[in-house]
Amino acid sequence: MVAVIEAKRLTRHFGGVRAVDGVDFSLEQGEIHGLIGPNGAGKTTFVSLLAGRVPVQSGEIRLEGEDITHLPAHLRVRKGVAYTFQITSIYPRLSVYDNVILAAQSRNSTGADKDATAALHKAGLTTLAGEQAGTLSYGHQRLVELAMGLALRPKVLILDEPTQGLASGEIENFKLLIRSLVPHTTLLLIEHNMDVVMDLAHRVSVLNFGQILAVGTPEDIRHNTAVQDAYLGGPHAAG
Amino acid sequence: MSFGPFLLLAVLEGTVMAAVLALTAVGLSLVFGVMRVVNVAHGEFYMLGAVLAWFVTYYLPFPPLLAWMAALIIAPVLVAAVAALTDVLVLKRLKYNPEATIMATIGLLYMLQQAALTVYGPDARPVVAPFEWRIQLPWFGYSGYKLFVVVAAILVLMAVWWVMTRTKAGLIMRATQVDRDTAQTFGINVNRVYAGTFAFGGALAAVAAVLIVPIQQAHYLMGHDPLLLSFIVVIIGGLGSIRGTLVAAVIIGLSDGIISMFFSPTLAKIIATLLVALVLVFRPQGLFGAKA
Amino acid sequence: MTPAIKVWSLHLLVLALLFAAQFVLPPYHATNLARIMVLAVFAMGYNIAFGYTGLLSLGHALFFAAGMYAMGLSAWHLDAQAWPALIAGLIAGGAIAGAVGLLALRAVGVSFMIVTLMFAQAGYLTLLYLNSWTGGDEGFVIAQNARVLSGFDMATDTPRFVAAFVLFAVGLLACLWLVRSPFGRVMIAMRENEERSRMLGYSPFHVKLTALVLSGVYAGAAGAAYGMLFGYVGATFATIQYSILPMLYVLLGGAGTVLGPFLGALIMFYLIDITSAYTDAYFFVVGAALVGLVLFAPQGILGALRERVLKWLP
Ligand SMILES: Nc1ncnc2c1ncn2[C@@H]1O[C@H](COP(=O)(O)OP(=O)(O)O)[C@@H](O)[C@H]1O
Ligand SMILES: [Mg+2]
Repeated sequence: MVAVIEAKRLTRHFGGVRAVDGVDFSLEQGEIHGLIGPNGAGKTTFVSLLAGRVPVQSGEIRLEGEDITHLPAHLRVRKGVAYTFQITSIYPRLSVYDNVILAAQSRNSTGADKDATAALHKAGLTTLAGEQAGTLSYGHQRLVELAMGLALRPKVLILDEPTQGLASGEIENFKLLIRSLVPHTTLLLIEHNMDVVMDLAHRVSVLNFGQILAVGTPEDIRHNTAVQDAYLGGPHAAG
Repeated sequence: MSFGPFLLLAVLEGTVMAAVLALTAVGLSLVFGVMRVVNVAHGEFYMLGAVLAWFVTYYLPFPPLLAWMAALIIAPVLVAAVAALTDVLVLKRLKYNPEATIMATIGLLYMLQQAALTVYGPDARPVVAPFEWRIQLPWFGYSGYKLFVVVAAILVLMAVWWVMTRTKAGLIMRATQVDRDTAQTFGINVNRVYAGTFAFGGALAAVAAVLIVPIQQAHYLMGHDPLLLSFIVVIIGGLGSIRGTLVAAVIIGLSDGIISMFFSPTLAKIIATLLVALVLVFRPQGLFGAKA
Repeated sequence: MTPAIKVWSLHLLVLALLFAAQFVLPPYHATNLARIMVLAVFAMGYNIAFGYTGLLSLGHALFFAAGMYAMGLSAWHLDAQAWPALIAGLIAGGAIAGAVGLLALRAVGVSFMIVTLMFAQAGYLTLLYLNSWTGGDEGFVIAQNARVLSGFDMATDTPRFVAAFVLFAVGLLACLWLVRSPFGRVMIAMRENEERSRMLGYSPFHVKLTALVLSGVYAGAAGAAYGMLFGYVGATFATIQYSILPMLYVLLGGAGTVLGPFLGALIMFYLIDITSAYTDAYFFVVGAALVGLVLFAPQGILGALRERVLKWLP
């Protein structure tokens, strides 16, 4: 297998907080990789380092072998690393279509309209294209965020808790959508909903106190005692 | 006059300048520190203080000392009232949005300036000094009132420092500065603190103006330079840091006084404004502020 | 009618009405209108930075004055002809805006405002300081022969009106095209959500710098034209007041609307003109308008109209 993104000894501290602490990580071509861990484990910080939103303190990041450790975020996006925010970040005063075409034209200025329309279709937002994004329901706003990620046609799509706040019907559609993206796109999925991760992911990494606790298939992770102790332990272990 | 005495004179003038500047700038700094509002109309509060001092001393049938002392009380109180009103009617409604409050205080600047021009007129008018007293140095005589201004400014600044660090009002202001929301949950009336801070800031500018107006005449455009210099001082001293503001006021006041004696004041101002811009770009915590 | 046709027809109609206005208006008002159109170009430039890109500058007087002085000084000291002098003004506006932007755009929000204010103030003081070159406070008059543009004398009414109109029409149509272009969309995106835009692959610094340079080109062109059409160049045009005026026009007409700057300039100009007949309290009107707009109508006339009725208005 080929690593699309590879991180070595990646570190980022905030004062005394070791948000990300010497993480080795590799994302393989075409996989859906789940990233789990308790609140405050450093998941958002870790993917922000990959996406370039947060500057790296030490360690290195490679995208298809190329060193991108200090590349500005917008250039990483152009190279194919897309990031969707944990806290929905769209353009609330623009139309859904404008939101998505802004993503599309960033990678492909001539065929932007086609890409945007396709992304809207995939996300099931075609009928809402003319609406002002800020007036949509929360679930639909999450989908706009996702459609923007799709319209970038990325190599790697990083999703930070995409199902948070979605209704169960919406989650089923979401799972279908994600499965349709691989193997063309590689996915890194931070997810709190264990059912979703265990169902979708080919591999799962567990982060705790800024360090990787375990990596493996969903089955491995389910039976890993260290993970159970640190994270899945307690009444939800069976989840 | 030979060089030594000339320099001494320049230092004396610079000290007077620095003292008054410190007062004005501390008002601006306090407002920015506590409320995160950049008050572009601060210079007009200063101008208003001077113009009101002229009205008080002109119309009250008192001897100069008494009239001036009356102005020292009346002008800051009136300016504080105008400031408090501005806070309640304008700034609060803008929810202290930093950009909107700048635009609004620019509007206020124009309104106050025009009001002064209409009511007070375009002339520069002197206020009679509260006392005449000349200190005779071997080389030249120097105004005792100017030295009094320095002493008075230091006293007022010490009082401000005492209020901020030793009184409950100061504690409340500092608490609001650190964390507005927490202050509110602890039962502090943030609205009142903001109105009070803005009034206090305006009053400090007015006190500075009443001190200076027997030396410089009152004029409706006199707010420009103090505003610019206060900006420079507050920014170089580190936005919102009172200690940095004081240090910067002394340095800028002294050097401005000295530089303008030897060089063109316009050139000095060009350098100062560029310095401010560059400090904001490259060292936003100020030259003397600690790194945030 | 498709939205595009509707939009273009509206703007062409406005231009047609303005052009026709010279045949019906008495000379006094025609000259006013010429002045307003040039000032509106300045405000359109301000709008590109503030209204569309969200850059709240307090230093646009510097770009206006850069254009005006580049035109005036090259006519005075280099005996430049009218066209080269105008082009020099336009380039100077853009170049100075670019230079200021390189530094000022490292600061955000309030700091950006103060940095632009300080640069503009330094520029104004420099004009005073170099008074043997610039005419200082008093300024200077543009020589008659430097005001002949393609054979038309700008000191006469009709050519002056037509010149102002042409500048305005080009500025308006270019602005309309810009804000409807993909780059225009990115400018708006920067204003609406900078972090999101960065994570869509756009460099905030480059987008803002480009917008500021375009804005400076507008301001410079307006400054150069103002000096040439009305024959006078002076340091007053570099004071902070000339940074506030375009802000006021844009706020009044509607920030982020193509026609807003013109509408704002038109109304404000006549508001001041009319009140000046009764009182000399010109600045009071400016100040009160600014406070009132910020407090009660931050989206301006066309902004409010777009929100309620004309959703398609660019
Ligand atoms: N910008 C920041 N400044 C200071 N601390 C931060 C910052 N971002 C995250 N942290 C801290 O880093 C730790 C990890 O946070 P985060 O990456 O958001 O965790 P997760 O996404 O796993 O919940 C937390 O303790 C958080 O408080
Ligand atoms: Mg998180």
